[in-house]
Amino acid sequence: MSEHEYVPKSKAAKWFNDRLPLLTLGAHLTDYPTPKNLNYWWTFGGILTFCLITQIVTGIVLAMHYVAHADLAFASVEHIMRDVNYGWLIRYIHSNGASMFFLAVYIHIFRSLFYGSYKSPREVIWIIGLMIYLLMMAAAFMGYVLPWGQMSFWGATVITNLFSAIPLVGDSITTWLWGAYSVDNPTLNRFFSLHYLIPFLILGLVVLHIWALHVPGNNNPVGIDIKKPSKDTVPFHPYITIKDAFALLVFMIIFAGFVFFTPNVLGHSDNYIPANPLVTPAHIVPEWYLLPFYAILRSVPDKLGGVILMFSAIFILFVLPWLDTSKVRSAVFRPIYRQFFWILVIDVLMLGYVGAMPAEGVYLVLARVGTIYYFLHFIVVMPVVGYLEKTDPIPMSISEPVLTGGAEPSLARKVNDKV
Amino acid sequence: MSKEEKKVNRRDFLFTASYTVGAVGVGAVIWPMIDQMNPDKAQQALATTEVDISSIEPGKSITVLWRGKPVFLKRRTSEEIAEARAVNLDDLPDPQKDEDRVKEGKDEWLVMLGVCTHLGCVPLKDKGDFNGWFCPCHGSHYDVSGRIRKGPAPTNMEIPKFEFVDNNTIKIG
Repeated sequence: MSEHEYVPKSKAAKWFNDRLPLLTLGAHLTDYPTPKNLNYWWTFGGILTFCLITQIVTGIVLAMHYVAHADLAFASVEHIMRDVNYGWLIRYIHSNGASMFFLAVYIHIFRSLFYGSYKSPREVIWIIGLMIYLLMMAAAFMGYVLPWGQMSFWGATVITNLFSAIPLVGDSITTWLWGAYSVDNPTLNRFFSLHYLIPFLILGLVVLHIWALHVPGNNNPVGIDIKKPSKDTVPFHPYITIKDAFALLVFMIIFAGFVFFTPNVLGHSDNYIPANPLVTPAHIVPEWYLLPFYAILRSVPDKLGGVILMFSAIFILFVLPWLDTSKVRSAVFRPIYRQFFWILVIDVLMLGYVGAMPAEGVYLVLARVGTIYYFLHFIVVMPVVGYLEKTDPIPMSISEPVLTGGAEPSLARKVNDKV
Repeated sequence: MSKEEKKVNRRDFLFTASYTVGAVGVGAVIWPMIDQMNPDKAQQALATTEVDISSIEPGKSITVLWRGKPVFLKRRTSEEIAEARAVNLDDLPDPQKDEDRVKEGKDEWLVMLGVCTHLGCVPLKDKGDFNGWFCPCHGSHYDVSGRIRKGPAPTNMEIPKFEFVDNNTIKIG
């Protein structure tokens, strides 16, 4: 990045900065040249950071009152809800916060898919992001086990049993994960330990994610490489900070709406029944954010096959930058891909819906169709469309459509409105 | 590259020896960290359970907890046994004779882990298409011998190690 060297004003600041250049880092983050055409889909990075901090802070507080023991966990959560001062609020923020975190991360991921943010030179940002996503799922799953209700217990049983599908060593691995011969107190104990650890791993990866982002700089809605700094960029502060702050406020209103008005709508009422190893609830459903993968798992009539396909659905995303053959990043200039993108969005939403329904009849058919399309999209559509598609003309710079009338008048108008 | 450089010398030997000793050391430290997660002595101590079966009527079953898992003890009627034995083995995804799932001479007693072999839910009794058990989680149907007949579960419900201590007592484990 071509930024001029930062020199602190005061002598003391200079003394410190020469020894640990924190002020230089601060100046870099403040001045960081950002494309001036970033739309609101780009505000979710900041929103996600907020979500992570919220989960860590509320989680640390909850851990002060929670007891990780099979006989006491359920009661201690009720104790938090009834006895602890503002315990209900903190717990509802934490449990709904997980859902809000996933809502934001899905928008963030699909933003990246639409505007080609995963493509060269941003593959490493994308891969670190997926690692964060995987850790988020692990943290969310283990967190859901901690209240030790019926859904906690049976969700833990079903998910840990996925590993028993591994040939030969599956059962030993499952027993090792449990620390017992079924999901039991040792399982709860270690899940609590790991649930506390994972957010800090995520925090570390977030630092790497942002670091990797600051090397090439942000992608942008037109998806072209821009000169930095130039008339195509604005300093991160105050331009992006104020926009992020506004988006965050709107997000927090929705978040607060869930916390104060429908705090249990995203959960399952069966989790207010204490765990009982002798009775399985009639319908085991994972949290909404895992439903599409659950639908893929159930769409296969074979245990090992279902597990393999479900994990593949996530791991295929890691090679996405190399499956996409198009030289154009943004779907704004890709008329064919753009349509497939929306089909994928609908496909994933549909998988989420059938994941919540019983695996039979029309739902099973839909789950199978959805699963097949999901994989076709990445394995066939992305490489082939990238080759064959005739893309629309791309502007030379972000400002070009305004200054020359450009090839894409609608884009020109959009930029004009903002200026 | 000259021949001199390619020759294995004392330094190479020292490197290899150091790496090897280091790897053994790391392994020796990692193994306890991994193995501590396996079931501990307190868990292993729960390995057997004795059950009084004198009050179970024919056609009825009870569920007991063994190692944190439910075990079904079903006293089958002669019709149920006949039904289980009339099944053609070719119709079974995991072929196993009913005779091999019970103790000889104690044919009426079916003792098995009440754990679906798909993803570990507890199947419901007297449900499903085969007069046996039905798993509500992902729709596996088991017959009156606990054998998988339909659905995603790969194998029959497991028969744990058990023995008859006397006519009224079963020891599981």
